[in-house]
Amino acid sequence: MKIVVLVKEVPDTYADRKLSLETGLAKRDGGENVLDEIGERALEVALSYADKHPDTEVVVMSMSPATAIATLTKGLAMGAASAVHIVDETLLGADLGLTAEVLASALRKKGFDLVVAGNLSTDGSGGVLPAMLAELLEVPAATALSTVEIDEHRVSGTRASDSATMTISALLPAVISITEALPDARFPSFKGIMAAKRKPIEMLSLAGLGVDAERPDGARSIIIDITEKSARKAGVKITDQGDAGEKLAVFLLENRLA
Amino acid sequence: MTDFSADSILVLLDATPSGKLANSAAELLGAAGTIGTPIALIVGSAQLAEDAANLGAATVLVAEPGDGLTIPTVDALAAALELVRPDAVLVAHSVEGREAAARLAVRTRSGLAVDAIGVSRDDEGVVAHHLVYGGAYSVTSAVTFGVPIITMRQGAINARAEAAAPDVRKIDVTASGKPAASIDSVDAAVIASTRPELRGAAKVVAGGRGLGSAEQFALVDRLADVLGAAVGASRAAVDAGYIAQSHQVGQTGVSVAPELYVALGISGAIQHRAGMQTAKTIVAINKDADAPIFEIADYGVVGDIFTVVPQLIAALEAKK
Ligand SMILES: Cc1cc2nc3c(=O)[nH]c(=O)nc-3n(C[C@H](O)[C@H](O)[C@H](O)COP(=O)(O)OP(=O)(O)OC[C@H]3O[C@@H](n4cnc5c(N)ncnc54)[C@H](O)[C@@H]3O)c2cc1C
Ligand SMILES: Nc1ncnc2c1ncn2[C@@H]1O[C@H](COP(=O)(O)O)[C@@H](O)[C@H]1O
Repeated sequence: MKIVVLVKEVPDTYADRKLSLETGLAKRDGGENVLDEIGERALEVALSYADKHPDTEVVVMSMSPATAIATLTKGLAMGAASAVHIVDETLLGADLGLTAEVLASALRKKGFDLVVAGNLSTDGSGGVLPAMLAELLEVPAATALSTVEIDEHRVSGTRASDSATMTISALLPAVISITEALPDARFPSFKGIMAAKRKPIEMLSLAGLGVDAERPDGARSIIIDITEKSARKAGVKITDQGDAGEKLAVFLLENRLA
Repeated sequence: MTDFSADSILVLLDATPSGKLANSAAELLGAAGTIGTPIALIVGSAQLAEDAANLGAATVLVAEPGDGLTIPTVDALAAALELVRPDAVLVAHSVEGREAAARLAVRTRSGLAVDAIGVSRDDEGVVAHHLVYGGAYSVTSAVTFGVPIITMRQGAINARAEAAAPDVRKIDVTASGKPAASIDSVDAAVIASTRPELRGAAKVVAGGRGLGSAEQFALVDRLADVLGAAVGASRAAVDAGYIAQSHQVGQTGVSVAPELYVALGISGAIQHRAGMQTAKTIVAINKDADAPIFEIADYGVVGDIFTVVPQLIAALEAKK
């Protein structure tokens, strides 16, 4: 079985994340960039299946700037067999539609039985890409899974949506997305880190994928305005001397909040 | 040959498994009403059409539900889009809604804007307003041409449309035959709570790891009840099993912007703040004077929640 795991490089949420007020794009120079945590969990789903089924090939794939190679190397160190890195200058600021076209085209080119993605990236918070890929690839999508069972022909699991919890399943080939309810990822071992240096990373460009970033028949989403909000300031801070509960009650009542 | 008004806004209304309109319906129709004439689409029972009209839908289109996950909804949306030729499509940013929007955008080659907290019009059409990076930036987005497909953050819209007289039409949908995942069983999320829903709540009391156990988390519930507030939680509290994931506030949970947010035993990690820092008034109680939550709290108490909160509850009850 061939499992492709989609991972994204995102600005580290622990750092101060900045947008450029000129372009609306994430500032990649200053802050730290990391492999999105949900992508690590997605990789863990694939690797734990591969642990039990040695004939499984796990590939990590990302569309990101050339500098994001470290996130793919981390995936290799965790245990993926190979990586695919889609890099192209014209993809700077790609919207969701273009990102989906590019990833779908790369997935078609590489082939897959199962695609594992995160349900939601921490920078985009779109939660839409896996469904877009399934639509483009004409395969079923089993999304927002909080448990996953994979067998040779089928993938199934629990989907917790806003109004219901359901059990869903899809025949392979399929796209799935997983939630953070699934286990944390393993750490790369020393052996894994050393082995990663010899694993293949394939670079793909738009020309190689036959995708036109400027195609005239597809509408794109663009940013037309951006403003930075002023940071919040701290207000009153008291230390409890035995009456903080009463003081807080007065504050709430005076401000008509209770 | 369409008789829909030129400023139509097509709105997909989610239905719950128990057969009601989702809470997002009123907001979506309210938002649509601020930029045009709301036309609702319901995939499911025609009995909900009257509710939709009451919430402001000028026309309610009803399509038969089909088998499989998401695909029947997308097929119906595509048919409604063709029929109505709206200026925009609004869909809830729920798990169901955003995936339907995602597929519709791909299928019709339309621009997709996600997680909007408002919509308006400029000279060139409908634009969407977003809060990015936990509310640190306000961003406005538009599409290069065509009909924008916009998912709206739940609980973010206060506008409500005026009730309309029911005008209900069944629409025919051609099944696309796109492969879908199958739904093997459904458990309606039983929310047997008398408390307000977290999304859109005017007040939220949230608890973190500092509560220490599921039993002790009841302290959060008690304060919430005295204040008439919804209950929220940090990811650490959810991971520790104190409360269900649906209560998680933050980057990977619910984003809230209430009048009052009370954080109990929450350190205020950046990912938590991303989901609540646009609250009007923030109150925090934490025994660690250096907890980052104090950097954004309007009223911070350095103290033990197990002594401060019971005293607060007693004081509030005495005033009632
Ligand atoms: C990709 C990613 C996404 C994330 N998404 C989210 C998210 O959506 N929401 C979220 O909340 N977190 C999220 N996190 C996790 C986040 O980084 C923190 O780990 C989490 O918010 C910590 O929760 P906490 O404040 O309850 O726990 P802690 O950080 O452990 O804080 C507990 C606090 O309780 C205080 N305390 C303990 N006992 C008492 C007492 N008796 N009285 C008063 N105070 C007491 C302590 O002083 C401490 O400050 C995410 C992390 C990542 C990497
Ligand atoms: N540029 C990208 N490269 C690879 N995978 C991606 C990319 N963007 C999104 N994904 C995948 O799609 C998931 C959901 O992303 P999103 O729809 O942006 O919230 C992520 O968790 C990833 O698995």
